[in-house]
Amino acid sequence: MAKANFEVPELQEYVEVPAIAEGVMAHLSPFVAKPDHNTDLNFPGELVDDWHDKTLEKLDDLRKRFRSLQVYLDACVKCGACTDKCHYFLGTSDPKNMPVGRQDLLRKVYRRYFTFAGKYFPKLVGAEDLTRETLDEWYSYYHQCSQCRRCSVFCPYGIDTAEISMAAREILDSIGYGQKYCNEIIAKVFKIGNNLGLPGPALADTLEGLEEDVFDDTGVEVKYPLDQKGADILLVTPSADFFAEPHVDGLIGYGKVFHEAGISWTLSSHASEAANFGMFIGSYENMRRISLRIRKAALDLGVKRIVFGECGHAWRVAYAFLNTLAGPFDFLDPDYPVPQHIMEFTYDQLQKGNLNIDKSANDDMTLTFHDSCNVARATRMGPKPGGQLEYPRAVIKAVCNNYVEMHHDTIGEKTFCCGGGGGLLTDDLMEVRVKGALPRMTALKNVMEEEGVTHLAAICAICKSQFTKMLPYYGMDMDQIVSVHQLVSSAIILTGQKTGEDEEEETEEVEV
Amino acid sequence: MSSFIALLFVVATLVLVVGVARKVIQYARTPAPLKIPTTPAPVSEAGVVLRLFREVVFFESLFKSTKWTWIFGWMFHLGLFVVLLRHLRYFIDPVWLPIELIQPFGLYAGLAMVVGLVGLFLRRVFVDRVRYISSPSDYLWLMLLLVIGFSGLMMTLVVHTDIVMVKQFFTGLVGFSIGELPVDLPLIVHLVLVAVLMILFPFSKLLHVPGIFFSPSRNQVDNPREKRHLAPWAKSMEEQEQN
Repeated sequence: MAKANFEVPELQEYVEVPAIAEGVMAHLSPFVAKPDHNTDLNFPGELVDDWHDKTLEKLDDLRKRFRSLQVYLDACVKCGACTDKCHYFLGTSDPKNMPVGRQDLLRKVYRRYFTFAGKYFPKLVGAEDLTRETLDEWYSYYHQCSQCRRCSVFCPYGIDTAEISMAAREILDSIGYGQKYCNEIIAKVFKIGNNLGLPGPALADTLEGLEEDVFDDTGVEVKYPLDQKGADILLVTPSADFFAEPHVDGLIGYGKVFHEAGISWTLSSHASEAANFGMFIGSYENMRRISLRIRKAALDLGVKRIVFGECGHAWRVAYAFLNTLAGPFDFLDPDYPVPQHIMEFTYDQLQKGNLNIDKSANDDMTLTFHDSCNVARATRMGPKPGGQLEYPRAVIKAVCNNYVEMHHDTIGEKTFCCGGGGGLLTDDLMEVRVKGALPRMTALKNVMEEEGVTHLAAICAICKSQFTKMLPYYGMDMDQIVSVHQLVSSAIILTGQKTGEDEEEETEEVEV
Repeated sequence: MSSFIALLFVVATLVLVVGVARKVIQYARTPAPLKIPTTPAPVSEAGVVLRLFREVVFFESLFKSTKWTWIFGWMFHLGLFVVLLRHLRYFIDPVWLPIELIQPFGLYAGLAMVVGLVGLFLRRVFVDRVRYISSPSDYLWLMLLLVIGFSGLMMTLVVHTDIVMVKQFFTGLVGFSIGELPVDLPLIVHLVLVAVLMILFPFSKLLHVPGIFFSPSRNQVDNPREKRHLAPWAKSMEEQEQN
């Protein structure tokens, strides 16, 4: 069990809706950004003196530019449908972590200054003055939301707390009250090219190392190219894929699939990051600036297609926003969607029978799949609605023999966030990350006990990193989280691959 | 008294129509700069119409969420809808056939409405999470609607009012002539509170009625890869950069 200076919830048979305990999470706020990190993003370095007026100005500006914000602030009837749907509420019992409770922190200010009822009858409609304390409360609770959209599934008006959280963070940034984690990372993307600050030469080294590893394993020269002009496909993947476990095993898998498909591909040192933290801070401008790197890389390298690696929020920005933010992509091959997900690519290759698969290579595992929140509720794969839920499962089932689903209320469109999304994957927010992981950990534990599940597969860099840390807190093993393309990588038999004796023996044992 | 009610209804109708129209125009004019449908989402316009239909008529999302709130909420709204349709007979002459045909259901609809409201009220009081998010106005709305419902049912079940006279009053008012109303307490209470509701509608959470049709997570087609979705302000931002 990892050390914790807070109480780690105990896993029960199912997650009970807790009685509310107001303010129990008010103490938790992420580190505040240093002035440099704010100014790199064109925000004021420190809290401005006229924060009161500037806050209201920004709120007014945003509600005029984003219909979602205006409608969502008006439409809520306080029916309570969302109150037991947020993993952070279920894990913390703080009612300000209920979706509507979180929205109301902003809504009460909106009502006070922008609605008739709130201006003249504030007490009646729960409108409140904007004070310095309000800002701190926003800073705390809007950084306890992973923008996972689970609440939006259940709201009768589709009110999406993610939209409110994004607006609140944009307001805070605009008055110089930014979050260190997100803003520092975005600054790194602008300066170096990726979230982790890995410079080009380090990437080249890493990729060379991967080529050697795969050659040692298989005897096949699989390439992991960087900045190769004229390649067919530009692969944009989260930078965690370059070295973190189990992410890197997924990257090895992508390379093997491309190799077997016989299609040339390349990574880019300029756009060496799929994630777009501009979304987390609700900044259209920063999100666009980050997206334009990918456009530039595609143009510079002269590729025909863009494919994204396993990354959740990244896939949302890529699938739903990239064309709008950085399009049109009329210079790419019109026969393929822009962009594609690696899962769509691998799925197609499996359908075409281009991959030689030995499913028994994964027989040491019984798997279940964690739908990443932003993939499940904000994107699609393939031509049909719901493809984003089907494709990863189809790929897993094509490369593994043992697959089990978790409880139906915790997967698909109702999936629970890992607890670390939306700019929360930082140690200063560990308490809310651990407590927010409770619903997923509970569902996992249940299928482990009832169905003998050994591993949890995911297609998001944040989910993978988060679970690596969370599993030990809940008495499980950090190695239980795997990449989907890691499974593909294990099962794929490359053309000309040497087959070791050990492997044959293992296969025989399983068949007995 | 009759002149007061007549004036009140003219004002209430004006406030309701102008107020809601202003909000609808505001929603329609505010751009939705990004595609944010909650997925899995329809990939065609027809699919979106169907999704909104299910949402508005059956409260699909609420059904997924909590069955009790769904039952009470749906009973109330469906009841209110039938009751409203039934009331059309007091404003038109001759009465349209479909309105004639639903008259027998009016009483049951009125009862369903009241039962639904009581259920919602109890939930607001007794579920700690819902109590926490409730403002005084949230209780007052339910009470206002309950009194409107009760006073209406009173006139149907207990003390009948002179309904012919009421109809003459309102059909007259539609043509801007002020007639006489029977002076019955339940009727006056009923009418005054309905007018209050109409006046407050555009300034309150009752805006969920137009709001749902403008909710981007429900009304957008899921086709961002096929089509760019550039808001006017985002377009001018791009153009400024290129210059």
